[in-house]
Amino acid sequence: MNDKLINLMADLQEEETMKMVEELIASGTDPVTILDDARRAMEVVGKRFEQCEYFIPDLMMAGEILQGITKMVKPRIKQAQGAGKKGRVLVGTVAGDIHDIGKDIVTFMLDVSGYEVLDIGIDVPVETFVEKTREFKPQVLALSGFLTLAFDSMKKTIEALVAANLRDGLKIMIGGGQMDDEVRKYVRADAYGKDAVAAVNLCREWIGG
Amino acid sequence: MKTIVRGPRGKEVVIGDGLPTVLLGERINPFGKGPVKEAMTTGNMEPIRAEAARQVEAGADVLLVSVSAFGIDEVRVLPLVMEAVMDVVDVPLCIESRNPEALDAALRLGCGKPIVSSVTGEGPVLAALLPLVKEHGTALVALASDASGIPKDPAGRVEVIRRILEQTDATGIPREEILVDCVAEASAVNDKAAGVTLDTMERVRAEWGLNLVLGASNVSFGLPDRMTVNAAFLALAIKAGLTAAIVNPTTMLPYAMAADLLVGRDPRSRRFTTYHRKRKAKEREQTGQP
Repeated sequence: MNDKLINLMADLQEEETMKMVEELIASGTDPVTILDDARRAMEVVGKRFEQCEYFIPDLMMAGEILQGITKMVKPRIKQAQGAGKKGRVLVGTVAGDIHDIGKDIVTFMLDVSGYEVLDIGIDVPVETFVEKTREFKPQVLALSGFLTLAFDSMKKTIEALVAANLRDGLKIMIGGGQMDDEVRKYVRADAYGKDAVAAVNLCREWIGG
Repeated sequence: MKTIVRGPRGKEVVIGDGLPTVLLGERINPFGKGPVKEAMTTGNMEPIRAEAARQVEAGADVLLVSVSAFGIDEVRVLPLVMEAVMDVVDVPLCIESRNPEALDAALRLGCGKPIVSSVTGEGPVLAALLPLVKEHGTALVALASDASGIPKDPAGRVEVIRRILEQTDATGIPREEILVDCVAEASAVNDKAAGVTLDTMERVRAEWGLNLVLGASNVSFGLPDRMTVNAAFLALAIKAGLTAAIVNPTTMLPYAMAADLLVGRDPRSRRFTTYHRKRKAKEREQTGQP
């Protein structure tokens, strides 16, 4: 564990972080440990975000740094060393709702956190969620919505997954503007996440990483 | 172009070029937690009355009323909340709903001449709302968004507005009843967002000369010190032609007035200096100093 690297990245010092990663690679450091440190730094960033010390632009910036590190390090890691994706997450904004900002941040943060993310866009019909769940076989389904009418679309989407025998073994989280735990109960999802950090934490809890 | 709206007992508010920016108090909504939200679920309207009076006292010209949230029956609750507001203040209302049944019930209360907010470019929304707006002779917010979302660039947003105007024209709703919302989005997520909004506003103003309204608090979502960001944005938006702003009047009134003064909408600075003197007098009264 390289505290200096973790601190640089957690403090969002992009240039210094990238320089250090280059040096570490040049000096023969195991790329897997670099990625592990980057992940630890992201956890620090997530905590600072939860404590209102960091804000959305900071979160995005951290994501971009992680993306940069991954790009540099990935080609040097063999699949066997665990460079594969940690799990599959299907993301989409439910039928009737066209909001994409929160969903896009969640997709980005899950992607840079090492999950294989399939984002199927906005105003996604119930049948499309069912079809994509069948094809992509995600461990986690993330339903996004901002409008009140999204509640019923979420409910219908989850009911359709039950009817199609795809609900068992699938974890479903919801998020967006007016969602809360009451809505979660109503739509019968497994969890409500209030922001992108919560989404990443839920995936960690459910499928590891 | 002048949009004239009225409160239940006749109080008139004029929205237009060269006039002070009209402030729409945003606080009567079901978002977040607190007494206002609670009132909407319990039916005890006292917090609504208090919030309505507070906002008007703080300088709101119009009050926004929105009850659209999970677990709230809009058709029943919207008229209740509006009645509570009208009990205590005579200002025009901006009714935020896309539920035609709820809107119809609300408009039958006789609340003067309100603003209905909002239609998008989506066919079903236009078909449901425009006849009500026409029938009740209200003003209307037109939002630059359609079935595929909010266009990313000014040209796309202008096109959505053009399509909405075709429909309002066809329904016989006069252009002066339309307030265009060019959509303010979070700058925390996209640092070009405010620029797109402001460009769109300038284009809409140049092409049609319509009144412009914005939910000005959206820009600071995800950022610290939101009030500072909101105030800076409000000034830019007023320069770009904003004539009505959906804000928290308690914090935004001085900034709106200062921006109005700077763009020449406050002749001889009468409004701003009067506000200052009143505030000072109030302070003296409170501290008991001469």
